[in-house]
Formats: sequence, structure tokens, C-alpha cells
Amino acid sequence: MYAQLIKTARSGITPRDEMTDQEREFQDRIDRNEKIEPKDWMPDDYRATLIRQIGQHAHSEVVGQLPEGNWITRAPTLERKAILLAKVQDEAGHGLYLYSAAETLGESRDELVRLLHEGRMKYSSIFNYPTLNWADIGAVGWLVDGAAIVNQVALQRTSYGPYSRAMVRICKEESFHARQGYHAIMQMAFGTPAQKQMAQDALNRLWFPAMMMFGPHDSDSTHSEQSMAWKIKVKSNDELRQQFVDQTIPQIEYLGLDLPEPGIKWNEERGHYDFSDPDWDEFMDVIRGNGPCNVDRLAARQKAWDDGEWVRDGLMAHAKKKAAKLAAE
Amino acid sequence: MDPLFQFLLRLGDNTLVLGHRVSEWCGHSPVLEEDIALANTALDMIGQTQLWLGLAGEVEGKGRSADDLAFLRDAWDFRNVLLVELPNGDFGQTMMRQFLFDAWNVTMLGKLMKSSDQRVADIAEKASKEAAYHVERSGDTVVGLGDGTPESHARMQAALDYLWPYVGEMFASDEVDAAMVKAGIAPDPSSLRDEYDALVTRVLTEATLTKPDSKYAHKGGRTGYMHTEHLGHLLTSMQWLQRAYPGAKW
Amino acid sequence: MSNEWPLWEIFIRGQHGMSHRHVGSLHAPDAEMAIKNARDVYTRRNEGVSIWAVEAAHIAASSPEEKGPLYEPSNTKVYRHPTFFDIPEEVGHM
Repeated sequence: MYAQLIKTARSGITPRDEMTDQEREFQDRIDRNEKIEPKDWMPDDYRATLIRQIGQHAHSEVVGQLPEGNWITRAPTLERKAILLAKVQDEAGHGLYLYSAAETLGESRDELVRLLHEGRMKYSSIFNYPTLNWADIGAVGWLVDGAAIVNQVALQRTSYGPYSRAMVRICKEESFHARQGYHAIMQMAFGTPAQKQMAQDALNRLWFPAMMMFGPHDSDSTHSEQSMAWKIKVKSNDELRQQFVDQTIPQIEYLGLDLPEPGIKWNEERGHYDFSDPDWDEFMDVIRGNGPCNVDRLAARQKAWDDGEWVRDGLMAHAKKKAAKLAAE
Repeated sequence: MDPLFQFLLRLGDNTLVLGHRVSEWCGHSPVLEEDIALANTALDMIGQTQLWLGLAGEVEGKGRSADDLAFLRDAWDFRNVLLVELPNGDFGQTMMRQFLFDAWNVTMLGKLMKSSDQRVADIAEKASKEAAYHVERSGDTVVGLGDGTPESHARMQAALDYLWPYVGEMFASDEVDAAMVKAGIAPDPSSLRDEYDALVTRVLTEATLTKPDSKYAHKGGRTGYMHTEHLGHLLTSMQWLQRAYPGAKW
Repeated sequence: MSNEWPLWEIFIRGQHGMSHRHVGSLHAPDAEMAIKNARDVYTRRNEGVSIWAVEAAHIAASSPEEKGPLYEPSNTKVYRHPTFFDIPEEVGHM
């Protein structure tokens, strides 16, 4: 998802009888679905894990501006340009809400950004794939935001209050993202042969990367257990992935596009679609920095940050001058 | 060419080209808050474009939509002032260009609200609220950066020196403007200069920046006679899909 | 060196005459810019008609340990709630 492979700052799950009284009381509150708020006591590992997860989620929103931003200047109509711009702007807003949530845990935005630029924090693997034709913009909204929404809807119930509230706000705003994406790709799937070809190409290329967003299989996901107990994570990777596939296949069929891979089949017995695994080696490569766009994405963010330094400093210096002048009066 | 059509193209092409330029910042701004604010400005510009070019198409009466006008004309048919097609440069240059345009736009729109053509007055009414916010925001940023650090001051002065020769074109008048004045549709641009100068001087003074002495004004954009080399590149990306796949619906 | 803009808490009053409500935070160099940024960040969908910005460092907050003494006394003051009083229906709406 937007937060993948988050290493829980504690290996394994702490059994109840090994908890301190304070930890046990904390766990009871979570089990009662009480929200944990910034000034409440919390285990250090809970705080550290949350900072990693929320930080990665925030970075994903911000880096996620780039693949779609790649097409803003080439959008084919004024309306599509406005829709895309508004959508990418929302991603910046979502990054901002999430950084704010992380800040309530005592981690500044600047610090998180520094960790991102130094390669010590990650963002979702999906944004290391390129957007190559206009249908990719539809596919990103439909598949990538669609996948993100599946996860974020679940995360509205996460145990940390500020994170949960950010998710509520984000989900409310995101509902237009997936719909505009599907609408754009619909226009193409039902359009000229060239447009339909673009739509099919986008679906084929982005399908497996979208599958990877949910992270490795539960059986290979070593960090999940404690995060689930703390309700930092609410549903398992495989559960969410299945939910996404089940909701997406009929949408592909409606478009009249070919299924993106031959393994997709309805399984009567399970009441779910079967589907093939993405290439998990490729996934690990992307996570390690070897995806098609890792270097470019990070360089673009780093450049924006470096080029912006004189602006941030300039406006701050002016604010201080103004305050000093006011104080002197 | 019908002068009203020409006049509307000038307004619509200004916001089209400037909105395009501002949208290039998306994802690359100095700080998230600025990224979001710039996107809002670009969105307003695109919205104003849809209205101005939509009306232009209607006035022309050949069935061309705002999109047809935006995506299917070549550079020589564009009527925007040169100022708005200049490259973004650094953030300071972008904000200075924005301020110099916003100050003109807000002044012009204020007058157009009293246009004898109700359609023009209606668009101006809506757009002037947006423009009032834009000029406040870009003006504040010019002040903040002009009167910030020595580096930000130097960059803003450089931006002003570079852009100033492009200001004059916004106040040039020709037979199109004369026809608009005669019909009571729009004021003579040259009549806006005093109000503009007062606003700009106030902001630049507060920003501790020096207005260049030079009276020289580049021109050629609003007549379409001679754009800069930059416009062609902008149109190449903006119009590519429409040109490569004629007749497709998006 | 970090020269991070201060953090501001943003409160917005919506269309319907309700009180200002906390909507989130943002960074800005000063109060004026905080309000402008709030306009751009938090009212993208017509959410508000009035904005308050308070520098986060200036917000005094109760601490969770005092939750008992601060809020529990009101739990027993049920008479403060209108439903505490049975008013006969024939009296009409009150």
C-alpha cells in the first residue's frame, strides 16, 4: 500500500503476561477501540512504528504527485487539465495532512523529508513506475487510487486519533479520484482504436505494480502481527489485495478490455477471483531503489527542496523582521 | 477579424498560457503549502480561460469550442501578452511574473464588470474575485521575498529587471481596443496604467525593490505579430494529444 | 540547518453558523500567511467562511492524566441535559 513493508519497531508480538501494567492498560484501550491521542502515554515502539508508517504514507502522497504531474501540461482538454491538476493538488494536501499527523508524535516535517531524501525512508513502490501514455492517468486514478482507497477506508479505524482523522478527511476527498480515473479511461476504451490501445497498454503495465502496492503475502510479512494488535494496521495485505481484485475485474470487463494476465479466473468455491502473483523479485528490486523511476523521482523531490530553500528562508526572514518591527512599536 | 473576438482571445490566451506555466510547478514547489496555493492559482486561470475562450468561440460563430481554440490554433494565432509565455525561471521569477500580471488582471477585470456586454461583465464579476485573491497572495510573496534575506532580495530584483520590459505591452492600445472603447465593452488599456502603477509601486516599495528606469516595452504578443520562441515549445506539449489524434474525444 | 516555518493549527467556521472547528495544521512563516495557506489548503471544497490560525506552540492543552478531575464531575450533573426533565406532551415543544 502507500505504506509497505513497515518494519514494526519490535520483533514479534509481546505476550500479555510480559507486558508492563502501563502496556497492558494501553492494549486494553486499543482493544476497546478507544483512540490514542498525542499526549496519551504510548509504548516507544508504537510511536516509532507509527512515525514510520505515517511518514511513508505522507512521502507516497508527495512523490505520487510526480507520475501524474508528468501529464498536466499535456492533458488533452481544458477540463481534463483542471481535473488532473485538482487531483494532484489533493495529493499534496494529503501529504500535508499526514505530515501533520506525524508531527503530533514529535517528528518534524523537515526531519521526515530529510530522511526521505537520504533514502532512509521509503515511499510506495508504485510511484517508481512511469506514466507513458494519457491512459496511464486514467489507470492511475482507477487502479492506484482504487487500491489506496481500499486500504485507507480500513485505516479510518486505525488506533491513533490524528492518523485516523487524517484518513477520514483523505477518504472523503479521494472518492473523486478513482471515479475521474475510471471516467477518463472509459472515454478511451470506448474511443478510437488508438485510444483503446492506450487504455489496454496502461492496464497491462500497471496491473502488477498495483498488486504490489498491498505488500508481500501475509505469510511473508514478518512485521504485521504487532501492528495489527496495535491497530496501526487494520486488515492484512492478502485480504486487501483480494478485495481490490474482486472489485476491479468487473470494472475491466465493463470497459471491454482484455484481462491483464491469464491467471485471473472466478473461483466459485472461494467466492473470489483467483489471480497470479506479481514478480516479487521485481518488487524487492523496486523497494531497494532499482525501479524504473526511483532515481528520477527522488532527484526531482531533492531538487524541489534544494531550489526552494532560499524561498523558505526568505519568507521566514521577512516574517521575523515584521515581528521585530511590530514589537518595537 | 471581429474586434470583440480578438479582444476575447487576448483575455483567454493570457490566462490559458499563464495557467499552463503555473501548472508546471505542480509537485516541484519550495514547500507543500505553496504547491497547493499555486495549483489553486492555475486552476482559477484555467477556469477563466474556459469562460473567455468559450465566449470567443460563441462570438466567432463558427462552432469552435474553448478547447478547439486552445488546442488547435498555432502560435501566430495566439493573442496573449509576451509576459505570460516567458519561462518560469526560479520561484521568485514565477511569483514576480504572477504579481505583474495579477495587478493588471485585477485592474482590468474591475473595469470589465461594468462592460456594456453583459456576458463580458458576468465573466469579469466571477474572475475578479479570484484575481483579487491572486494579487494579494502574489503581492505578499513579492514583499516577503524582496524584503527577506540578501539572497531572496537579489533574486527578486533580478526577476523584476528581467520581466519589467514585458509590462508595457499590457497597456498598449490599437484599433481593437478603440473598437472596444467605442462599444463600451472595455476600457482603453492605456487608461489603466496609473492605477496599475500605484498598486505595483506600493508593493515593490514595501518589498524594498527598485523599479527599473527603462521605459522600453517588448511587444508582439497581443497582436500575434511576434511571440517569443518560448510559446512554440509550450504549445508543442499542450497541444500534442489533440494534434496527434485528431477527432478523438477525451 | 533547519529553518522550518512554525506550525499553525487551523480552525474553520463552515457555512452553517456552527462554531470554528479544528480542521488540521500547516506551516507558515507568519499569521497572515497561515491564513492564506489555510484558505488554499483547507477550503478547496467550499468548506468554510471564516478561518482562525493559532500558532501550535501557543495552544495550552489539558493533559490526559487530568482527564478524571476535569471531565468526570460533569458526568453526574445529568440535570444539565434537557432530556433529564420530563415535560408533559400537552405543554407543547420546549
